[in-house]
Amino acid sequence: MKVGLFIPCYINQLYPQVAIATLELLEKLNVDVYYPSTQTCCGQPLGNSGYEEDSKGACQLFVENFKEYDFIVGPSGSCIYHIKKHFDILEQTPEVVKVRENAYELCEFIVKILGKTEVGASFPYKVGLHKSCHGLRGLNLGSCSERMEPHYSTEEDLLNNVKGLELVKLNREDECCGFGGTFSVFEEAVSVKMGKDKIKDHLDSGVEVITGADHSCLMHLEGLINRDNKPLRVMHIAEILNKTL
Amino acid sequence: MSHSEKAAVFNKNEAKVNWHDKALWYVREKRDNAAHGVKGWEYLRELASGIKANVLSNLDDYLIEFEANALANGIKVHWASSAEEHNQIVSKILEDKKAKKVVKSKSMLTEECHLNPYLENKGIEVVDTDLGEYIVQIAKESPSHIVLPAIHKTKEEVDELFQEHLGTTPSNGNPEYLTNEARKHLRKKFLQADAAITGVNFAIAETGGIVVCTNEGNADMGSHSAPVHIACMGIEKIIPKEEHLGIFLRLLARSATGQPITTYSSHFNKPTEGREMHIVIVDNGRTEQLSREDFRASLHCIRCGACMNTCPIYRRSGGHSYDATIPGPIGSILSPGKDLTKHSSLPFASTLCGSCSNVCPVKINIHEQLYSWRQIITKDVKQPLVKKTILKIAGVVLSNRTLYNIGGKSARFMLKYAPRFMVYSKLNAWGKARELPEVKNQNFDDWYKEKRKNNG
Repeated sequence: MKVGLFIPCYINQLYPQVAIATLELLEKLNVDVYYPSTQTCCGQPLGNSGYEEDSKGACQLFVENFKEYDFIVGPSGSCIYHIKKHFDILEQTPEVVKVRENAYELCEFIVKILGKTEVGASFPYKVGLHKSCHGLRGLNLGSCSERMEPHYSTEEDLLNNVKGLELVKLNREDECCGFGGTFSVFEEAVSVKMGKDKIKDHLDSGVEVITGADHSCLMHLEGLINRDNKPLRVMHIAEILNKTL
Repeated sequence: MSHSEKAAVFNKNEAKVNWHDKALWYVREKRDNAAHGVKGWEYLRELASGIKANVLSNLDDYLIEFEANALANGIKVHWASSAEEHNQIVSKILEDKKAKKVVKSKSMLTEECHLNPYLENKGIEVVDTDLGEYIVQIAKESPSHIVLPAIHKTKEEVDELFQEHLGTTPSNGNPEYLTNEARKHLRKKFLQADAAITGVNFAIAETGGIVVCTNEGNADMGSHSAPVHIACMGIEKIIPKEEHLGIFLRLLARSATGQPITTYSSHFNKPTEGREMHIVIVDNGRTEQLSREDFRASLHCIRCGACMNTCPIYRRSGGHSYDATIPGPIGSILSPGKDLTKHSSLPFASTLCGSCSNVCPVKINIHEQLYSWRQIITKDVKQPLVKKTILKIAGVVLSNRTLYNIGGKSARFMLKYAPRFMVYSKLNAWGKARELPEVKNQNFDDWYKEKRKNNG
């Protein structure tokens, strides 16, 4: 099984520690993992802004970079969702179909494909899980509070097996944090208010570290936390799963 | 003003935003509890969505069937292709009956057609009798929510409004007292009314009858006391059979307010002897929306308002920030179909979180339609030059690895070394309330080249 590691553009440039943790974690789990060095971006920022047409080049390049792998794994539910959902703008060649079908968000890959929920991590902190919308409602990584379905959560399955980690229950378990890509700048006021409310929920619930499977949401929350000097840290779930403290 | 500008104004009063958010979240939670009590909720949604899809695919036949049955029941049926025509028809009926005083129960359609000002201009008194609608009417505002029209007002604000318009004594916003005073006032209006106008929740093709759902019984009060009843409906209100009400009535009230059923589900099948009943069937852009394949399902809507209650943006920007008859997520996919330029900011007033689609009792893929409208708007409506240029350039950079390397390096360099006053300038909306990420010495590419030499 050859796995292509997909590192979203903003993680590559701004959060290399998340990419490193993802790679190390996959290696620890004995995955044969490769990093195609000419990858750029899945095109989501363009599509969500209404410039899907202009993203075709990026999408095509993505397919070129990853078509040879059995699985494509990335530490971002949102980007993976974009590949699965919105690469319909490309001609559906066998390669495009293969890439769309075999793209996996990291947690889902570990739980569903590798069949593991225990990855040997320990992290003795009170952790609040931010269930990012595209992973939750797009990739069905967990049950949604709106839907009348039995409770399940891919990320919780993994976090519950981390030694010493206490998963904290939030008041609003899956409300959006307000990042939303370019929404965060073009609807600045509401975006910031949503983020502040999210952070308040974590603080009120006694959380020490906010984690999640989408670092873009965490970047938005971290920006607010740092500006307001709140006693919280954010860490991508890969960083926690790769920790042995 | 765009949605974001209006939302920014709304957010100047954070306490009010918190209150608005909590009030609507409370309704969302009530909805969750109520839906949890129904075995097979998701299956019901599936059925409702399927029935609506069938209706829209066979709308012409169902409408003709409905008309024939309604006529056979002694109801007068009128067809209006536009808001203007709708208003003319209603006005003509009232004129023929020499009706000067009209009581109206809640109808988003008559809001959409701006019926009130049209009739008032002709010297007719129109009183909205739904309490929430009455509040916004005397405040000379529009509803900010389709089920809770006055949700943007606190009880203290209503208190002041009633003091001014009904001469009530200050009660510190006592809801019981205020409701009673409104009831006394409205009762007089019901008794004096020459005609009653209602909306329609469901129009049943097989019977030619209509169903109107209210909690206050005001549709019944009006139509039972006045000699003329005019019911106004959009063409998409059709359901094929009476038995389908068992699906829709169970979904509607639970989705809207978390009640098992509205207090009144009133069936109107024919006029009372000696009285008149009219139904006005209105298109006003619906056929056009029906022709747009990607947006057709927006016509499934049964106006429950659940998407508004769950929408984190609606709750924190208020219904008026949408500047449309129907606000919130559903309004944001309906309104661009009516006036693309005027409503072009609405599909962007969303993070595409998808909660709206999940609560929708008729399974409208609202967030996917928002995405689709965005693609159309950037082509058909003039976009801010800066935004357009940045995204067009991004498209080129992201499809070319060499440019991507240069772009990534220079952006990281800027973030790391540019002075704070430059990075956190007025041009940087991100930085107004948020810090930018701290830039590390290496990006992942560099790290990988160094640490995993033999791979990739």
